[in-house]
Amino acid sequence: MASNENGAGSQEILLEIRDLKTHFALDEGTVRAVDGVDLDVRRKQVVGVVGESGCGKSMTAMSVMRLVPPPGQIVEGEIRFHRQFDDRVDAKDIVDLAQFESNDRQLRDIRGNQISMVFQEPMTALSPVRTVGKQITEAILLHQDVNKAEARDIAIETLARVKMPNPEQRFDDYPFQLSGGMRQRAVIAMALACRPQLLIADEPTTALDVTTEAQILDLMRELQAESDMAILYITHNLGVVAEMAEEVVVMYLGKVVERCDVDSIFYNPKHPYTRGLLNSIPRLEDVLQDRREKLNAIEGMVPSPYQRLQGCTFHPRCPDFMPGVCDEAEPQLIRLEEGHAVRCHLYT
Amino acid sequence: MIVYILQRVMRMIPLLFLLSLVAFLIIQLPPGDYLTEHINALRASGRDVDEAEVERLMKQYALDRPMHVQYLTWIQNILFKGSFGQSFQWGRPVNEVIGDKMALTFLLAIFTTIFVWAISVPIGIYVSVRQYTFTDYLFTMIGFIGLAVPGFLLAMVVMYFSFAWFGLKVGGLFSPAFELEPWSIAKFQNMLTRIWVPVLILGIGGTAHIIRIMRATMLDELRKQYVTVARSKGLSEFAVLMNYPVRIAINPLISSLGFLLPWIISGGTVVEIVLNLPTAAVVLYRSLLSQDMFLAGSFILLVGTLALVGSLLADIALAAVDPRIRFGSVEEM
Repeated sequence: MASNENGAGSQEILLEIRDLKTHFALDEGTVRAVDGVDLDVRRKQVVGVVGESGCGKSMTAMSVMRLVPPPGQIVEGEIRFHRQFDDRVDAKDIVDLAQFESNDRQLRDIRGNQISMVFQEPMTALSPVRTVGKQITEAILLHQDVNKAEARDIAIETLARVKMPNPEQRFDDYPFQLSGGMRQRAVIAMALACRPQLLIADEPTTALDVTTEAQILDLMRELQAESDMAILYITHNLGVVAEMAEEVVVMYLGKVVERCDVDSIFYNPKHPYTRGLLNSIPRLEDVLQDRREKLNAIEGMVPSPYQRLQGCTFHPRCPDFMPGVCDEAEPQLIRLEEGHAVRCHLYT
Repeated sequence: MIVYILQRVMRMIPLLFLLSLVAFLIIQLPPGDYLTEHINALRASGRDVDEAEVERLMKQYALDRPMHVQYLTWIQNILFKGSFGQSFQWGRPVNEVIGDKMALTFLLAIFTTIFVWAISVPIGIYVSVRQYTFTDYLFTMIGFIGLAVPGFLLAMVVMYFSFAWFGLKVGGLFSPAFELEPWSIAKFQNMLTRIWVPVLILGIGGTAHIIRIMRATMLDELRKQYVTVARSKGLSEFAVLMNYPVRIAINPLISSLGFLLPWIISGGTVVEIVLNLPTAAVVLYRSLLSQDMFLAGSFILLVGTLALVGSLLADIALAAVDPRIRFGSVEEM
């Protein structure tokens, strides 16, 4: 697959995921959490990954970090990271992250340094028995050639960057002394401390109240704009995607079903699943005009993770289901126009 | 922190009072007392009893008075004179009898703990990251065998084989030459050559217990998100384990340290009798048999007090390593 497939080909590629398969071999059967995902992230770009719970979006992120919990493992595919070095702007190095053992030295050099991650639950993301400062400086001391005092300065400066009030005092606080929003700021500071090229954000605002969520989203956009960082933003919230992402990847049952820029996903969705997702968002004008009593939901349930479906995995729930076609052959990802790809038989 | 410690010390005072009551009642429960038993035994063998001496002892310990007076006399002597009374059986003050034994028991407890921790904490951590593998099952099995074999049996087996194979007599803590000597570096060294046998035997029973606690708390902690977050920083697996889950999983062990001494005294008595150790448990056991009430009561009181002090120290240590306890108590105030 050509890397300029989804448009804006002038920008440099940072991360290419090719045919990634992350499976969990359980006693009850194999769960194909990620089942052939292709995904590109360019430098300075924000890519949103959306889908229901269990569609494999978080496991895609964990696969990039190489932190898939056992018994899950990457069984196939490549995760090519185009590493850039701070001191030599032109020098680049392409590493396939899928190749390493998950505790490999080379991998650990990248992890937390050039690629870092912000997690879902700020309440449990920090160890309760160590100070915030200690948990931030740890990564700095590991990846940068600085002493403890310098690491402290960098950490406090990073805390200030994430708009933590009184960063110097907060440095010596324990996580349980901070509010949820402040903790998430601390977690973001921890991820940003080494100025990563790629930040993976796995639903960083899901556990927060809406006001705090808005603040954190603003903050992440600002931080992204002022640095050279790309963000892979994982969420189930289409509103957040509209606000954050330039490009959107829609996932269903471990596969990418649609991929396009953020405007097309809202104004010109192609895949029946994407349309269903958009349809299920209640519209303010409908509510105001009393036009709708019930939420529109996608028909049916997400199939059991142990089940293997023939043909398109969405066909049992699809409103445009074509018997004899959709339940026979698996659709390929088809490029419709510049920067818009969809996995559906409607377009073949 | 200081507030927390003071608070804990204050809470100990009523507990200590209750403890002294219980200790006193326990020694009073069996019918009769040492003095009457002793007089009866002497009379039965047809020997004369020095009535004046009996009278003096009766007076001194208020044995002819009601029970609460006896208690007050006993506790006053302890609190204001530091005297625990007279051991009838040994014919010496209780303080003298106890001092040495208590020190040795303490030493034994400390060595045993170091041994148990040094073995079971690393194993507990290791099997928690290798859950349900062959090594996990193997250590679990070995641990349960250690737990199931009675200590005194193990003691006898060790004594037999070390004598049969190496010609060593492993009973006691000292060579006969040092037995009655005052403490010196040479005596201490002599003890070190012998103390490993009771440490090993007493320790094996505790090992399985600590491995299981460590394994269970580690498994709880390993599932938590902060462990994944720590890995995502690029720390090595070893650094992640030591700085994150282990830091928290060790807490229940620290809080159990306070009960170490009572455990050695009550759990190790039979082993210590078999091995002929000059420790507190053995003396306590004999004093209970012969109704040597002041000795037994003092022991129970001392052991209980040490358990309280131990758990206070353990709590302080826990507060030092776990900020949640430190700050939690301040907020309560």
